[in-house]
Amino acid sequence: MLDFLQNLGRRGLAFFERLGRGHMFLLRILGSLGQLIIRPWLVIQQLYSVGVLTLMIILVSGLFVGMVLALQGYNTLVGFNAEESLGVVVALTLVRELGPVVTGLLFAGRAGSALTAEIGLMKATEQLSGLEMMAVDPFKRVLAPRFLAGMIALPLLAAMFSAIGIYGGYLVGVELLGVDGGAFWSQMQASVDFSNDIINGVIKSVVFGFIVTWIAIFEGYDCIPTSEGVSRATTRTVVNASLAVLGIDFLLTALMFNV
Amino acid sequence: MTATDISTKGDALVQIRDLHFVRGTRKIFKGISLDIPRGGICAIMGPSGTGKTTLLKLIGAQLKPSQGQVLFDGKDIHKLSRKGLYEQRKRMGMLFQSGALLTDLSVFDNVAYPLREHTSLPEKLIRHLVLTRLHAVGLRGARDLMPSELSGGMARRAALARALILDPMMIMYDEPFTGQDPISMGVLIELLHTVNDSLGLTSIIVSHDVQETLSIADYVHIVSDGVVVESGTPDEIRASESEWTRQFIQGLPDGPVPFQYPAPDYATDLYGRGGA
Repeated sequence: MLDFLQNLGRRGLAFFERLGRGHMFLLRILGSLGQLIIRPWLVIQQLYSVGVLTLMIILVSGLFVGMVLALQGYNTLVGFNAEESLGVVVALTLVRELGPVVTGLLFAGRAGSALTAEIGLMKATEQLSGLEMMAVDPFKRVLAPRFLAGMIALPLLAAMFSAIGIYGGYLVGVELLGVDGGAFWSQMQASVDFSNDIINGVIKSVVFGFIVTWIAIFEGYDCIPTSEGVSRATTRTVVNASLAVLGIDFLLTALMFNV
Repeated sequence: MTATDISTKGDALVQIRDLHFVRGTRKIFKGISLDIPRGGICAIMGPSGTGKTTLLKLIGAQLKPSQGQVLFDGKDIHKLSRKGLYEQRKRMGMLFQSGALLTDLSVFDNVAYPLREHTSLPEKLIRHLVLTRLHAVGLRGARDLMPSELSGGMARRAALARALILDPMMIMYDEPFTGQDPISMGVLIELLHTVNDSLGLTSIIVSHDVQETLSIADYVHIVSDGVVVESGTPDEIRASESEWTRQFIQGLPDGPVPFQYPAPDYATDLYGRGGA
């Protein structure tokens, strides 16, 4: 019993200590963002590796998610003779929920794990210490550019996910199942509200970009610098970032659409 | 004794005073004090796991001691602001065991990196400076290779060129001879010597390669169990009467440092009456 309590206490302390380190880390990152104005190329390089290289999986997934939504939506709607609302269903589902959430999950798996592994290996091979000893702050040169790039890339990827998903829905709904094209687009245009739906979706994707990238670079920076430590940190990034995306999505949805 | 001579002269470049450092529950340093004299090559030796690398990280202020101070050129390095610390770090170079080259840059760009970060010199001059350093370590022809294409010894030489590019006054070598074949070892020893003499540096070598280190060091500190056990010139160390030092220098398997890791009595342990 005493052992159990002791263990609980130790784990609790370790958890809060890590949480504190994570926030101190975030503060230092935020403080280092300013100097990127004079070194924009650092961010552009990272935008390529976290953004452009993630684009393919986002586009393919978006297309298929949109097509499946159209198939499922059509089956339900046709029973009420409401198949012309298919465009609304597909667009709202994507823009409000699936766009930001699925992009966040895929981004955690593709770009987040890569960021953690890269930074973890830089730590394990003493590159971060090497920078420190060259009087170069790794927060400014290594971590802040990656953080900003992740925050910029995720909303853009989510927007592309939704756009291609809607196009996938159009392909299946209009071209394959024969829904009227004019109704598909015009109902979508009439029902999707810019500030309510699109802006809220964008806010979600910005928040997810912030959370996923923060978790990914913190796990990398805080990892135990051995091969086992890096592999564990990478797993933790994907698990924690995915859970964070889903949990925060619930909170944001409750705040945005139901109050 | 020579150790006291040097510390009383008071012009040591690095002065470590009553330094304590704890990692987890293990006390790595228990009030260690030593001086690194200006100029020349000073070696810090000791068995693995005594925190020699940790000591270098404490001198470079990458780690914070729990007690005590490290004076670098008269300044307490752990009391400086981040900006002040970075100013001091420009005056020290460090050579990591792995080389710590940035893996996404070529050898040339790695060596040029500190210049591009800290100066606004024109590219032509940077090229000139980088090539002279690379020539000095014998890697001018390898300038376009990526770090992954270098052997261990070449990576260390490239890292040495990078450590020298800002003209530091002190350079710290972390286990420079570990894992080198005899030729690269000879090359590194020669390089260390020429670099130190021609540039008038202060070099600190952390190592447990006894013969190589004693052959080039001007002064040696032997560290064990969190304190300095012996200091002196290589000749004094070789002639030491301390049993511990003799065991270390001659590599004897048993002596003051026991062959057996602390364990309960052998017989009790074998017959299962050891309690645990």
